[in-house]
Amino acid sequence: MKISREDVLRVAQLAHLDLAPEEVETYRGQLDEILGYIGKLQELDVSNVEPMTQIRPRNADGATGASASGAEPELRDDVVVPCTVADAVLAEAPDAVKPFFRVPKVIER
Amino acid sequence: MSAATPWTIATVRDALLTKKTSARELAKDFYAQIERRNPELNAFLALCPERAYAQAERVDAAVAKGQPLPPLAGVPVAVKDVISTRAVRTTCGSKILEAYTPPYDATVIERLEEAGAVILGKTNCDEFAMGSSNENSAYGPVRNPAAMDRVPGGSSGGSAAAVAAGLSVVSLGTDTGGSIRQPGAYCGIPALMPTYGRVSRCGLIAFASSLDRIGPFATTITDAATVMSVIAGHDSNDSTSADAAVPDYLAEMARPVAGLRIGVPEDYFGKGLDPEVKAKVEAGVALLEKLGCMRVPLMMPHTDYAIATYYVVATAEASSNLARYDGVRFGLRVQGNTLMDMYRKTRERGFGPEVKRRIMLGTYALSSGYYDAYYLRAQKVRSLIARDFSDAFEKVDAILTPTAPTPAFKLGEKTADPLEMYLADIYTVTGSLAGIPGISVPCGKTSAGLPIGMQIFASHFGEARILQLARAFEKAGGFAI
Repeated sequence: MKISREDVLRVAQLAHLDLAPEEVETYRGQLDEILGYIGKLQELDVSNVEPMTQIRPRNADGATGASASGAEPELRDDVVVPCTVADAVLAEAPDAVKPFFRVPKVIER
Repeated sequence: MSAATPWTIATVRDALLTKKTSARELAKDFYAQIERRNPELNAFLALCPERAYAQAERVDAAVAKGQPLPPLAGVPVAVKDVISTRAVRTTCGSKILEAYTPPYDATVIERLEEAGAVILGKTNCDEFAMGSSNENSAYGPVRNPAAMDRVPGGSSGGSAAAVAAGLSVVSLGTDTGGSIRQPGAYCGIPALMPTYGRVSRCGLIAFASSLDRIGPFATTITDAATVMSVIAGHDSNDSTSADAAVPDYLAEMARPVAGLRIGVPEDYFGKGLDPEVKAKVEAGVALLEKLGCMRVPLMMPHTDYAIATYYVVATAEASSNLARYDGVRFGLRVQGNTLMDMYRKTRERGFGPEVKRRIMLGTYALSSGYYDAYYLRAQKVRSLIARDFSDAFEKVDAILTPTAPTPAFKLGEKTADPLEMYLADIYTVTGSLAGIPGISVPCGKTSAGLPIGMQIFASHFGEARILQLARAFEKAGGFAI
C-alpha cells in the first residue's frame, strides 16, 4: 500500500499535529517504508489466534507463559480518599486561575 | 578509588562503615567527576545536589550513631529523565517538558531513597524513550564512554553511560523494546529488564503502557540484584504491578548453575548478526556449558515478526499516551487563536521528529479502516511471539541470545533511516512483547575494543534465575571472554 500526502495530512489532523510543508513529504516517504515493512505481518495466518490484550502472567512461579486473555486485573476497593495535590498540580499549568486551567475560548459566539 | 576499580554498593558500604569516607564526601567526589566528564559525555540533563547532600547527611548521621544502614546507604545513583522526581526538572528528553518539575516522586524514587540511595541527577535519553541511539534527545546525543565517536545505545543512553563512566555507582533506566539491555550491551555493563509488573511504574512517564518497565544498570551482577531487591514489589498506586512475593535475589543468585538447561534459538544467530558478536556470544554459551549447563537448540519461528509487531503496538499506545501533551495542564504551551490551534502549535513545536513519526504511525494503525489490518493483527502476532517463549520455557530454564546484532554504531550513522534504526532492537523486542525478564551482560569485546552484550531471558518472574546465570558467568570471567 502506498501512503499519500492526503494520508499524512489526515493522520496529522487526527493526532493534532500541525506539520510544516516540508515535513509532510519526509513523513510520507518514511511512513510508506515503515508500513511496507510492517506489511510482513500479513504473511501469518492468525485466524485462530486470540489477540494479546493483557500482559499478565498466570502466576508468579513463572512456569506458564503470558496470558493472552482471561486473568482479571486486580481492582482496589472503590473508596473516596482526600486529594491534596491540586495546588501543586495547578502550579505546573501554563495558565491557571485557581481552581481552573485557562484555555482559549472553546465556544464560538 | 581508581577508574580501574569502580565503586560498588559493597565498597561504598565498607568505606562508610570503616569511616574511610562519608556519604557527603562521596557525593562531592561524584559531582566533581560529573563536572569533569559530563561536558563531553552529555549523560546528565539535570543535577540535584541539594537533595543529594541532604540525603547523604542523613546517611552520615546514621553512620555516626552506629545505626544499621539500609541496603543502598550512601550509594550515588542516576535516574533516567522519564522517571518523576519531585521538584527536580523531568524533561523526558523533550522540549515539550523543558520546564516541567513533577509534583511527586515515582515509587522507585521513594524506594531508592528509603534504602539510603543518594540521587545525583537525571540522565539524558531519547525523547520520551523513543530511540535506539540517544540521538533523539532534544538536548543533544550522549557519547559512549567506551568509544567516544559512537552512540551509547538507547533509549536509556545517559543512564548506561553514567555507570560505564563511573559517574554513578548504579542507575535506573526504562525498557520498552530494548532501551535498558541494548545500551547496557553497547556500553559494556550489566543491564536488567524485569518482568512486566515486577517494578512499580507509578511516576514513570508513559510511552507504551503494555511494554514499559523500569530496571537497573550496574557494574556487577550483585549490584543489579541489590537494586532489584529494593525496587521490586507490589504498589497499590500501579494497577499493573504484580502482587507476587519478591525472592531473596542475593541468596538465589549464589546457587550453582550446573544442570540448568539453556536454550539457544537459531533464529537469533542468522542473517544480520555481526560475525564478531556471534563468535563471542557462542563463546559465552560454551562457557556456561563448561559450568555444567546443558545447551538445548531451539526454534522460535515468530522472531522475525517481532519488530513489525512492536512498532505497531508501541506506536499505537504512544499515540494515545502522548495525547496528554496539549498545552493545557503542564509543559509547553504555544498560544493559538482557538483551542485546536493551541493544541496543534504546542505539539508541532514541542515534539521532535521521531516522536511525531511514531505518533503518526500509531494514529494510522488505530484509525478507522486500518485497525484490523494493523493493530488487531499485531496483537494476535504478539500472542504467537509470547507462545514461542512459553513453549520454549517448557523445555529450558533460560534462553541465551546476542543482545544486539552489532556493537555500538557511530553517531549519525543511522539517523537518516528510521527503519534501519528500529532493527537495532531485533533481539530485544521479543522479550518485551512477551512480558518476560531479560538481562544483557558484558560478553567480551570486538577486535576494535567495542563491548558486546549477551542476553539472558527467563520466564515470568524469573529474575532470580537470570541473576544466577549472570552471576556464574561473571564469576567465571565471562564479561572479559
